[in-house]
Amino acid sequence: MLIIGERLSIISKKVREALIKKDKEPIKQIAIEQWNFGAQMIEANIGPAENRGEELMEWIVTTIQESVPLPVSLDTTNPAAMEAGLKIHNNQWGKPLINSTSLDPERFIMFELAAKYSVPIIALTVGKGGLPRDAEERVEIAVQLMEKSVEYGISLEDIYLDPLVLQISGSQNQAKEVLKAVRLFHELNDPPMKTIVGLSNLSNGCPKHLRPVLNKYFFALLMYEGLSAAIVNPAEVIEVVKTINVITGKTLYAHSYLEI
Amino acid sequence: MSLQIVKETYNGKIPEIVFGRDKKASFGGASALPFHFFEGEFPHKPLIAFEIQDVTPEDYPEEIAKVYSSVWDDSIRWAKFCESIGAEAIALRLASTHPDSKDSSSEQAADKVKKLLDEINLPLIILGSNHTEKDAEVLPVVADAARGYNCIIGKAQESNYKTIAAASVAGGHYLIAMSELDVNLAKQLDILITQTGFPKDKIIIDPMCSALGYGFEYTYSVMERIRIAGLIQGDTMLCQPMVADVGFYVWKTKETQASEVEIPDWGSLHERALMWEAVTACSFLISGADLLIMRHPEAVKITQTFIEELFSIKGK
Repeated sequence: MLIIGERLSIISKKVREALIKKDKEPIKQIAIEQWNFGAQMIEANIGPAENRGEELMEWIVTTIQESVPLPVSLDTTNPAAMEAGLKIHNNQWGKPLINSTSLDPERFIMFELAAKYSVPIIALTVGKGGLPRDAEERVEIAVQLMEKSVEYGISLEDIYLDPLVLQISGSQNQAKEVLKAVRLFHELNDPPMKTIVGLSNLSNGCPKHLRPVLNKYFFALLMYEGLSAAIVNPAEVIEVVKTINVITGKTLYAHSYLEI
Repeated sequence: MSLQIVKETYNGKIPEIVFGRDKKASFGGASALPFHFFEGEFPHKPLIAFEIQDVTPEDYPEEIAKVYSSVWDDSIRWAKFCESIGAEAIALRLASTHPDSKDSSSEQAADKVKKLLDEINLPLIILGSNHTEKDAEVLPVVADAARGYNCIIGKAQESNYKTIAAASVAGGHYLIAMSELDVNLAKQLDILITQTGFPKDKIIIDPMCSALGYGFEYTYSVMERIRIAGLIQGDTMLCQPMVADVGFYVWKTKETQASEVEIPDWGSLHERALMWEAVTACSFLISGADLLIMRHPEAVKITQTFIEELFSIKGK
């Protein structure tokens, strides 16, 4: 399970202010905290970044990699900013990840960048018709995304299919469709396709005290379905990861298993 | 089309142990399952240490007594004798400290260890009496007395590891961690010991030994599981060298003691006894033991030949 720390996102007020002021300290602190809780990659979500996107992406990637020895997941819809991030990224600790492409033709440029820099890419199962209705529709879109990636010369092993986690408060029935989609995605190829989710969208709009509860239980189910990667708050899921790895036999049990 | 040999992929490498001050001995460092030379690196052969005791042993059967009775009153002479017959390392068991033996004090034990270290060049493994409370008192004092000699101290167990680990790290020694025939407990003890600040790559796992015919297969399969977890599953807490304290268990068995008159069907006592130790030892090499503690020189010789023969195919 590849754990990607989600907390460096433009949505967070603290992060947004740091980005505006180019204040490295809060960025570094959040990166280090996530690393300490087991993040193996740090997400840098700068949003659409229409103004000075390239500079912003370069700054945040450099700042993250000055503080932790980890690769960065680059999240922006701005292709120029994406490419700037790919160029400046230090691959010493692993390749960066492109977040993301979809079947929206405007996002095909991300496929091009993935091919050009030979890096993995997240492919959202969002079709031209908007959000998918169920697991089967997600699979249909996934197949088209796989065809597209082959067209661009990207190895299927570099594709992370994202079934798109939706809010439980507004689209309750989608949660189980996502679980089913993860299972079905794996069957689309041999070796199995990789899968990824942005976990916390599940509890978006829910009362604050419920959010970790919803996220954690959902994450356990996703792990059971074989999910390969997740963009999460590492502190929130670290116990789930360790415990599910013990229950499924991936890690050998010891009384202190949570402490290592 | 040429034949492709399917190889296991490994996610770990056993730390290398180099101990001793003047003369050094080494083991560990493997990056594949035992003797799988075609899959990984094996920088060191398994090491055999000769066991001696700090008091005249009362429970050595005839076959082993014959070898050592002329020297066993004095652990220095005993150690030198072992050196003269080719020992590469000595394992001193502080048997006299056991409350049922002489219940000798920590200071007495430390004194003996110091004298021995002054007199011999060989790397030393220092073992308590396996009485957990007494070992908790004795081993820290002994570890301190041997400071700077780069020894292996044993055995720390779940009920006494704290003081022993602290003194071993302060003295610059390696540490044997013993748990009772259970892979989960072995892992747990390693976690606990590393949580005290003891370096993980200086721990040697003792999954608890046994003799052929007397629970042998339990030790064997626990060793196998530890090695597989450490190397293949990448469980860093089990990616450590292992010791088999062979002699201690083998020389308690009936097969090493019953005379030919008593059980004629069993054949020569001499041959049977030393083969019992050699076969037990060789088998534990296959399950992953990196360090063997043995008693009979002829059994050691057979085991050494076994190691040499297997290593002769390395790189071929």
